[in-house]
Parts: sequence; structure tokens; C-alpha cells
Amino acid sequence: MLLNRLKAGGPAIAKQGILVAFILFMIVFSFMSDRFLTPDNIMSVFRQSAIIGVMALGVTIVVIGGNLDLSVGSMLSFATVLVVDLHDKVGPELAIPIMVLATLCLGAINGFLIGILRLNSLIVTLGMLSAIQGLVLIYSGGQNVDIVDQRGTWFAIFGRGSVLGIAAPIIIFGLLAILFHVIMTTTPFGRKVYAVGGNPTASVFSGIPRSRIVFTTYLISALCVAVAAIILGSRVMGSQNNVGQGYELQVLAAVILGGTSLLGGAGSILKTVLGVLMLAFIQNGLILMGQPYYTQWLVTWVVIIVAVWLDVAAKRGRLFSPIA
Amino acid sequence: MNEKLEPALRLKGIVKTFPGVRALDGVDFEVMPGEVHALLGENGAGKSTLMKVLAGMYQPDEGQIIIAGQPVRMTTPIEAKAQGVVLIHQELSLVPEMSAAENIYLGELPLKSFGRVDWTTLYERSNAILERLNCNFRGEVTVVNLSIANQQMVEIARALTVDARVVVFDEPTASLTDAEKVVLFEIINDLKARGVGIVYISHRMDEIFTLSDRITVLRDGSYRGTLTTADTNEDEVTRLMIGRSLDLSRDTATPTLGETVLEVRNLTCAPLYRDISFSVRAGEVVGFYGLVGAGRTEIAETLFGLRSADSGEILIDGEKVQIGSPPDAIALGISLVPENRKEQGLVLSMNCRDNMTLPQVQNLASGPFVSSSAENEIFDKYREKLEIKTPSWRQTVRVLSGGNQQKIVIGKWLSMQPRVLIVDEPTRGIDVGSKSEIHALLRALAAQGYAVIVISSEMPEVLRVSDRIVAMYNGRIMREFTADLVTEDSLVQAISGIKATEVA
Repeated sequence: MLLNRLKAGGPAIAKQGILVAFILFMIVFSFMSDRFLTPDNIMSVFRQSAIIGVMALGVTIVVIGGNLDLSVGSMLSFATVLVVDLHDKVGPELAIPIMVLATLCLGAINGFLIGILRLNSLIVTLGMLSAIQGLVLIYSGGQNVDIVDQRGTWFAIFGRGSVLGIAAPIIIFGLLAILFHVIMTTTPFGRKVYAVGGNPTASVFSGIPRSRIVFTTYLISALCVAVAAIILGSRVMGSQNNVGQGYELQVLAAVILGGTSLLGGAGSILKTVLGVLMLAFIQNGLILMGQPYYTQWLVTWVVIIVAVWLDVAAKRGRLFSPIA
Repeated sequence: MNEKLEPALRLKGIVKTFPGVRALDGVDFEVMPGEVHALLGENGAGKSTLMKVLAGMYQPDEGQIIIAGQPVRMTTPIEAKAQGVVLIHQELSLVPEMSAAENIYLGELPLKSFGRVDWTTLYERSNAILERLNCNFRGEVTVVNLSIANQQMVEIARALTVDARVVVFDEPTASLTDAEKVVLFEIINDLKARGVGIVYISHRMDEIFTLSDRITVLRDGSYRGTLTTADTNEDEVTRLMIGRSLDLSRDTATPTLGETVLEVRNLTCAPLYRDISFSVRAGEVVGFYGLVGAGRTEIAETLFGLRSADSGEILIDGEKVQIGSPPDAIALGISLVPENRKEQGLVLSMNCRDNMTLPQVQNLASGPFVSSSAENEIFDKYREKLEIKTPSWRQTVRVLSGGNQQKIVIGKWLSMQPRVLIVDEPTRGIDVGSKSEIHALLRALAAQGYAVIVISSEMPEVLRVSDRIVAMYNGRIMREFTADLVTEDSLVQAISGIKATEVA
């Protein structure tokens, strides 16, 4: 009887799984630490989540289009090192556009190999992950870079500035999230991304330029990385040459937590935002509870597995199922 | 015939609901030992759901399953099989890289000590079963190398590893040739003689009347009655199934033909097809008839820009055109309703409206946004015109019945206002009721001035809808017939590669 209840009731919860889990986490953590739900702490979590968040927006669109992007981590290293290094050489007004173009070129390589040549996105972006990291090391000669005059540059506004008391990274993340949400839900392009991810063959049979759509999703992903690099470079005013290492997994984790299907064709920008925040709050909560930094990796992984499980359970209509 | 009064299987008052749908509404069904009981109903009537309940894949919300007098509860297909209920799926569920024998005993391989597979016993047993089925291949063969028909045999052999009480055949002849059907019917009769209860699901009336003892009809998830085959006829069964009589007569009104819209000259794409020339006029339906692999689909794909020809010309309104991609074809007014609805026609995860407006979503934008009202207008128009049954445009197409799904695809292309409509296998996997609706629709479209090409492997379909018939064999056009001069014999000869004396 109880088992039946669970089977019947489970999926209903699972459909709103991310929201329910998010609220549960907030409640549990607020009891465990007084500082957790203070406005200061919340703002600081929002600010810290902005870089992962901006990247996750782009990756969400790639994943809805039916592909993966694991190269965003080292692409972030590349973009941050480039913008910081160029800042003192050519000034921020040139450094930013050069970096954005260079990063878009990397996205275009991904897009060409996956969209036009139709190679497997896991292999291509995994290769790009390592290739771009190599590129960064060649460029920087293994040296970390930094900006000498940190106080005198307007470049500081992206990471350190604020409007009406809201930190600039949060504003950038928020505006981009709204922009991409609108693009994905209301424009022809958004519709086509969902169609291509949902059924590439049927999309081609409907006259949709599948290759071009996939190509564009990788450009968007690269653009998001470039924005994230501006925030990161501006906040740190310097960069290690492997600064983005491991970001690709955090980004993917946020996307999955947000319920975007790795099979493509389904997902939502706003839910990714929820996934990003949830991930950030979990990590923040663990630190406030005095857990060592690396505990968050373990907990993050458990959370993702549960999220994926609830997601497939909702689709199958039961928690355990021998058939797909 | 077995004279036991106890049914081999009895379903009593089965109710199964899914969110928003009452898929089965108190269905009763029974099959006696040694009886072939046909289960009929349109797509979406609940046959598949009922069989999944029977096979333990779904749990009924209400009702009882009684096997040999005992109420049972089955939660997995393996449990169902242990109870003697075996389902032979419509879509093959074999592991292609494994041998036939391994597939037959999948999940219950005979074992030696330390869990090693006992290959000798495995092959002995499976070959014994395959022999009983008069199969001309052995258990050692890898499944991927077998023809579809032989794969079906493996599927059937799988059912015979246990002492089956009830065997369910779900559309078993969908991919079989006539000769292979005969073998299948022998097997069914053999099972019957040994007292096994057979549930036979099919859309094909002739088979049902040849094979079955009784017929049970479902409609909209509820039980509509059981008929004794000997005392009924196709008409009565059809009426029970779709709630009205079918008009099977051919629309004999002479079409008013317009100008030639599409002309193809010496189109060649070796080795798929060679030297193809034909034309289609406005208001005309041209049927392409031939065996699977005759090159018909490939010609359609070329006309739609999915494939490029080696040589030859395509003319629209007498002007030579280049079609390099589907958008080119669409711009020229060519639409293709593809062969495989689920793989090529629809994005199953999308809703009905978005699927229908997909090819023109770019043109429906007002400013940067897709205009929802323009989309709804198109959807409502074609929902009404094609009588698409769906609660709302928000419904994902995945859950619609085959006939309604096909209408969404047709609606999608009609809404593009094409001049040439190519329809590849328009009624594959669709029940008789929707089938005749789609046939009528194709005739009506031609009457409105569309140039229609229908590709079909079903002779009655081609004969019913076409004004002219192009018969193809092995990548070549063998003959062209006009509707009033065609005979079944000459058509069969043409598609089998037998040269006629006079080639049109």
C-alpha cells in the first residue's frame, strides 16, 4: 500500500522536483546556520553564482538543441587570460572586442565540427576542452596575468560595480537570463532549437536548417563564456591560466538540475537559473556549516544524481521501472 | 477443440487511466483455450494499453486478470510470461548483434556451473523450436543478418520457450510477404490445435476473417461487443469499430485537370533510380506503386531537396528548377509528407500547434516574436478542416493516435499552400476508419487543384486514390496506367519486373 502510494505520489512531486528540493534545502540550511538567510549572504551567493550562471544559459541552449558543450571551462580560462592580458597592452576598449571575437571563433570551431560536419558533440567539446587549455598555456607561456592599475580602469565596473546596491554581475546575469528566456520561448529561432533538439530528422524534413541552428547555439555558448570572462577578469583583475578548470561540470550540473533533458528538445532557461542558484546555495550552505570546501563536490554529485533520477522517474511514471 | 469451459485468460472490468485520459473504461475480454480471438479497434481505441496491462507492463486501476480460473497480479513482463502469457510485439524487440538462439532465450539462458552459458543446450533447444516453426535458418545466426520476416519468427520462437497458455500477436503481418504470412498462419493454427489461446490484433480484415473464431471490438477505450466470426461480416465489424459504415467506393467523378505543374525528365540517381520521367497536373493524383526498395521514396526525397540527382531535369510550371535543399523545395511549392511519421514527420515532444507551424515559423513572426495568434489561426483552421481530434493545441503529439498524428503532418504541409503535395505511405499503421478519411482527403485536395503524388505499397490504396498509376520496379518506371485501364494483374506484373508488351 505504502509502496503504491510512493509510486503514485512520487512522480507528481518529481515534476516540480527542482522547486521542491530547492525549498527543502533552503529550509534545512536556514535552521543549520543563522547567517544563511541573511540579505548579505543571499546577495553574495547571487553574485558568486553569476559566472557559472551566465555560462549555464549558453550551455542550456546547446543542450536543448540536442548537444553538449564541455569546452566552456577552458574557454573561460582562454577568454579571461586574453582580456586581462590585453587590458594593459591595448586598453579595455580594444581588449574586450578582441577577446569576444576570439572566443566566438572557438565557438565557431565547435559549431562547425558539430553542426556542419555533424561530429559527436561529446568528443568534439571534450577535445576542445583540452585543446583550448593548451592554447592558453602557449599564449601565456604558463605565466599568470594581471592588471597593474586596478583602481584606475573602468573595466572594474563589470565585476566590482553596482547599481542601486545590486552588484553588476547579478544584473548582467539577470538581464541575460531574461533575454535568452524570451529568445527561447517566443522567437522563431528558439522554436527551431527545440525542434532540432527534439527530432533532428523531422526538423530537416520541415525545412529547418539544422546545421545552421546547431552552429548558432555554439556561438551563443561562446558569447556567454565571453561575458562570464569579462565579469571574472573584472572582479579578480588578473587570471590564472587554468581559472576555468572544472567549471564545465558545474555548469552542466546546473543545467541538469534545472531539468533540461540531455536528450535535447526540452528544457528551460528559467529553470536553469533555478538550478544555478540551488547549486550555489548548497555550496554556500556547506561552507557556512563549516564543511571543508571539497565536501561540496560530493554533495553536488549526490544532488545531481537525485535530480536526474526524479526527472526520468517523472517521464517513466514510476520511481523504479524495468522498461524505458 | 478443447472442450474445457474455463477460459485460458479472462479480463474483467479493466480500467486504466492516464492523466487526462481514460484509456480503458471497464473492458471485458476472454480467450478460450484453442481459440483465436481477434481484438479490433481504431488506433487509440485502447488495444495496446490493454495488451500492456496483460503483459504486466501497466497495472490496471480497477478490474481483474484471471488466468486458468485464478486471479493474478502481474507487475513485469517476465511474471506474465511465467503465468503463460506471452506478447509478440508489433515492433521487433530483438538484440540485433546477438544470435537467434540467444535472443530466443534472452533473460533465461541455460547455465552450467559458475554461471557460464551452456551453449550446447542453448543451440539444441532453440534449433528444436525453430524447426517446429519450419524456419530455414539455425539458432547460431546473428539476428541482424536475418530478414524482417525471419526476425519475426525469432520473436515467435521466443514465445514458445515456455508452455504458453495465451499468445498475443500484435500486428504480426505488418512486415511479412504473402508467402511468409502463410507460414505464420500455419504456426497459429498449430498453436491453436495444441490448446493455446491466441489473441490476434490486426487492422487487416481479410486476415481476421481467415483466422479468428471470435472478434472483440474496442472503441474509445471501452468494450463494444464480441462477435462470432462465422456469423458476421466486415461491414458489421467496421460499423462497431468506427460507429458508422465505411464508404469504400472510388470517387468516380472525372477530375477537371489543370496545367502540368510538375514534370520530371530522365532523372537518375544511380543505383537508386534511373531514367525517371513523369508529370503531374493540377487536380490530379498520381500513384507510385512498387515494392519496398523500388526507388519511389528516393525520388520523393530528390524532389524535396534531400537528395541530389546525378542527372535529369525537374520542371515546375514548365520552368527548369534546381532544388538543393528542403527550403528550396518549399519555396517552389513542393511539400513532402514523409514515410515515417514519428521519425521524419513530427517532433514528438512538441505540441500539436508548434508541429504544424514548424516549416513556416520564420514567416509567422511579428517583429522578433512568433505571433501566437497567427499560429493558433492556422492550427484551428486545419484542425477543423482535417477533423483532428485533440483536446487542445497544447497537447504533445506523442500521445495522439496514429491517424491524428498523420493529419497533423498533412495539415503542416497543407498550411504551406503547396502546389505539389507528395505523400509517402499516407496510411501506414493507421486504422481503417482514419484510412478512408485520409483517402477521401487526398481526393478532395486534388479536386481543389493540388497536384498530388501518392506513394504506396498497398494496392487497394493506390487503386482508390489515383487518377494515374506509375508502376516501379528496381529503380525504373515499368509502366504507367490510367485509372480506368488498370487491372490488378497488370499492376502486379509491372512491379515484379515482368515486361509488358506495350510500355506507356
